[in-house]
Formats: sequence, C-alpha cells, structure tokens
Amino acid sequence: MELKDLYRDVILDHNRTPRNFGHIENPDARADGHNPLCGDRLTISLRLNGDRVEDVRFEGKGCAISTASASMMTEAVKGKDRAAIGELFTKVHTLLTEQGSMPAPDLGKLAALSGVREFPARVKCASLCWHTLNAALEQGNATISTE
Amino acid sequence: MAANVLQSAPAQTYDVERVRRDFPILARHVHGKPLVYLDSAASSQRPLPVIEAVVRYEKNSHSNVHRGVHALSQEATEAFEGARDRVRRFINAHSTREIIFTRGTTEAINLVAQSYARSRFGKGDEILITALEHHANIVPWQMVCEQTGCTLKVAPIDRRGELLLDRFVELLSPRTKLVAVAHVSNALGTVLPLKRIVEAAHAHGAVVLVDGAQAVPHSRVDVRALEADFYAFSSHKLYGPTGIGVLYGRDSLLEAMPPWQGGGDMIRTVTFERSTYNDLPWKFEAGTPNMSGAVGLAAAMDYVDELGLDAIAGHEQHLLKVATSELTRIPGIEIIGTAAHKASVLSFTMTGVHPHDIGTILDAEGVAVRTGHHCAMPVMEFFEVPATARASFGCYNTVEEVGKLVAALQKVREVFG
Repeated sequence: MELKDLYRDVILDHNRTPRNFGHIENPDARADGHNPLCGDRLTISLRLNGDRVEDVRFEGKGCAISTASASMMTEAVKGKDRAAIGELFTKVHTLLTEQGSMPAPDLGKLAALSGVREFPARVKCASLCWHTLNAALEQGNATISTE
Repeated sequence: MAANVLQSAPAQTYDVERVRRDFPILARHVHGKPLVYLDSAASSQRPLPVIEAVVRYEKNSHSNVHRGVHALSQEATEAFEGARDRVRRFINAHSTREIIFTRGTTEAINLVAQSYARSRFGKGDEILITALEHHANIVPWQMVCEQTGCTLKVAPIDRRGELLLDRFVELLSPRTKLVAVAHVSNALGTVLPLKRIVEAAHAHGAVVLVDGAQAVPHSRVDVRALEADFYAFSSHKLYGPTGIGVLYGRDSLLEAMPPWQGGGDMIRTVTFERSTYNDLPWKFEAGTPNMSGAVGLAAAMDYVDELGLDAIAGHEQHLLKVATSELTRIPGIEIIGTAAHKASVLSFTMTGVHPHDIGTILDAEGVAVRTGHHCAMPVMEFFEVPATARASFGCYNTVEEVGKLVAALQKVREVFG
C-alpha cells in the first residue's frame, strides 16, 4: 500500500483544478450522488444530443479521489454515446475492484485510478460519480446513494 | 514540537507506559508503522483484565442466567447480577432495580423513547434536545414525534460548540415533557452544563435523559448527584466489550413504564389470555442477555477505578492541551469545537484537504483517527463542513503519539502541497 499510488500527480492536479466544474443551465438530464459515509455530494448535469453526451458538468464537495475521478470522467465521456460510456464504466469498475487487473489500454488518464483498489475504504469515493452519471442517463433526474 | 508544551507535565504522576502494557493491541503495527490509536471516542481498546474476565467467564462459568438449579446456571447468574451491582456502584445508583442492561447507549435511548415517551406523549407535547446531539439522541425522538404527534425542539449552540443555555431555558415550557441531552458531545468534545440543564428542566416539570456515552470514560458520573432521570452509556467506550450498555432510570419512572420488548425473562407468568411482568430491572430485559459482556463491563469498571478516573482525566486533558496547541500552529488547520470545557476530543479540518484524504494519509503513517460526520450531521451542517477529522485520546495515549499525529499531518501537507 503506497500513498503515491493513490495520490498520483494527475489525481492531485484534477483535485486542485477540476475540469468541467459547475452546472449546465436547463440540462437535459441531471442526478445527485451522495455518499452518506463521508458526506460527499455531487451533482452531474448533462446536455444530450440524441444518444450522445454533448456536454457534462459536475459540482459538489468531495475528497480528492472523488473530485479527481469526477473531473476525469467528465473529460472521458464528453462526446461519447450511451453504449460507449457503459463500456467505459465497466472498465473503470474492473480497474477499481479487481486486484491485479491491468488497466484497459483505452482508459487514458482514468488509468491513474488503479491505485484506489489498494485502499478499499476509498473505492466508493472514485465510483460515486460514475453511478451518478448512470442515474442521470437512465432516469433523467435522480438521486443516488452509495449506501 | 515546542519544548515549553512538552515540559508542562500533568499534575498527577501517571505511568502511561504501564497502562499501555495492559492493552495488547497497542503493540500492533499498521502498514508497517507502530499503531497510534487516536479513535477511542469511536471505540476504546480493551485491557487484559477485561479480555481475561470475559475468557474466564466463557471457559468456566457460562450457562443461561435466571434459569435452572444447576451449578453453572447459578454461577452465570451470580456473575451477571454481580456485574449489575458493579455498575450500580460505578454510577452511584440507589439500587440495582435502576440498572437495565441494553445493547448500548442507542438501545437505552430507544427503550426510553418507546416505553416512556411513546406511551405518554401526544399532540402539543414537546421534546427538547440540543444542536450537538449524536444521531442516536435525535432519531429515536423523531420516531416518537411521528408516532404520537408531539414536537421536537432543538436548543442552539454557538460557534465554539457551546450550548446557548439562555436559549435552552427559553425553549422550556409546561409543554416540555422530556429533555434529552448529551453529557459530552462526540463530535466536538463539549462538556455540557448538566447540573444547570437538569435544574432548569425539572423546574418546568420535564424528565431528563442524558446520553452519557462520551462522558463515562472521562469523568466520575454520579447519577444521584446529577439528579438525571435517565442516564445511558455504552461499555465499549469505557474499555469494555461491545454489545452491552446501560440504562439507568429512576426507580419510580421505570416502575410505571410498560415493558418495551416481550419474551423470556421479562415475565412472571404467561398464559394465552394474559401475561404478568417481572420486577425491575428484568421487566426490561427480554431474552437471554449478554452475560460475558456484562462481566467484561464490570472488569472495565474495576480497571478504570484502579487507575482512577481523575488521574485518567488529568492525563487526557494534558494530551488535549498539547494537541490543541500543536495543531493550532499548523497552517490551514481549523479546530472545530473550542468550548471552554472539553473532553479529550479534537475535531479539525485542513484547508484544501478533505478529511477522508487526511484519514487515509494518517492511516498510512499508522495513525488511526475518525473521519466523517461522526453521526452528527446537524453539527457538520452548523459548522458548514461536510466532515471533520477527529483525534480522541484515551487513558493509554502519550505525548509522543501527539507528536506522531503532528508529523503525519505535515505529511498530508507534503502530499497536497
């Protein structure tokens, strides 16, 4: 268990200056995510064009892992359609939970999250944004909780 | 660390190294570093005399209590009822009729909520709590309000985390049927002015329940001197086992209350038409109780009495003073809860770093602190923080460990820049 595996430079950078932070006025879909264990809250809003996520923003308060994960996620999913986002989520989930798995080659920056699985208490911090995005895509308007 | 603080030794001579040898878990390493356990407010560790008392009971004396004429059943009953008397002496209750064993503080409060409050309260009645309560002293009363139509009132606190006593008194009225307050705040460490709270509540005819979970390990609690009507606490914060706690209740109140849970042990006779109930305290103890837990709790009380609660408190206050002074010096750290009178609990935040990240980095250094909302979400909301990190000190912590906390916090700064 190495701290530098968890707090990699790219993660610290996205925590310090989160990308796509804020909200979209009159979004096509939005969802609130809540981790009652640590009090993390985030809101994701989407602009959709048919099946495609044209724009995505997030806001809220969370730890470095949760903020960086959300920031990197928004960059990764912008412009993708639901099917591609679903595939990406599966790969991230595998990365976060399966010991010894190699990051899928097309994960890009998201591969920086591979250190999280050594810290089981923090996996939910990294996955909260993905579950929230899923809720927004599936239900259009929802609140989800990690518990 | 600053030399002047390190040299201000506590008034008593307190041999903390000897105390530490009584706690086997403190010899552990975590992530390759010696364990620095600063989470006793969540659950304290157990000394050998407690562990051994439980093992002795399990190895030699276990059987069911209050049943059967065989030797083991009698030994188990004696051990269990002996533990009850140990608790009575520890809190200076008048009689063992007033000592109900529960699963913990939470169950004790729920017992009063469901047996006392639910059967008496109705529309127009009020329950008064404070803004610094643990969820266990909020939610049971909200449930009673839903069940009976009574109203929950909340007395505010100030930015130091102290109860605004004047506002509390203003909220009291003939409608106030029950006051439920913490003795010590788990999230902030504030010690509440209980004598004055109880006097004011009684002057308005309200019954008082005290959540003593965080107070019992740090100060001598005398329920008769406090004149509290109900006092609830847990064993596992007092160096005893989990799964057992105590509800003290005034005899006359308990006697008039209906049973809460039904089952074996709480009855005198049962027919299909009607059952009659057992005497106090067993009327409130349905089913086979936690005997080994009670035995462990009694041993924990022996243990802290042997060390002396005043000596423990003096030592902890010294640690709190050193830690407060050291953390105040670290740029970006804000201490949440700065009441004049505090137990050894130190909640804090760090600019630009979420408490969960603080917790993870401290853990990697072997330092165990609690991070999160501490089951006191309204307190977090009041201070406008999502969570805090909380270091809490027990009888076995040392000034050197405070130094390790400070060094680990410097590490947090290094990681986050």
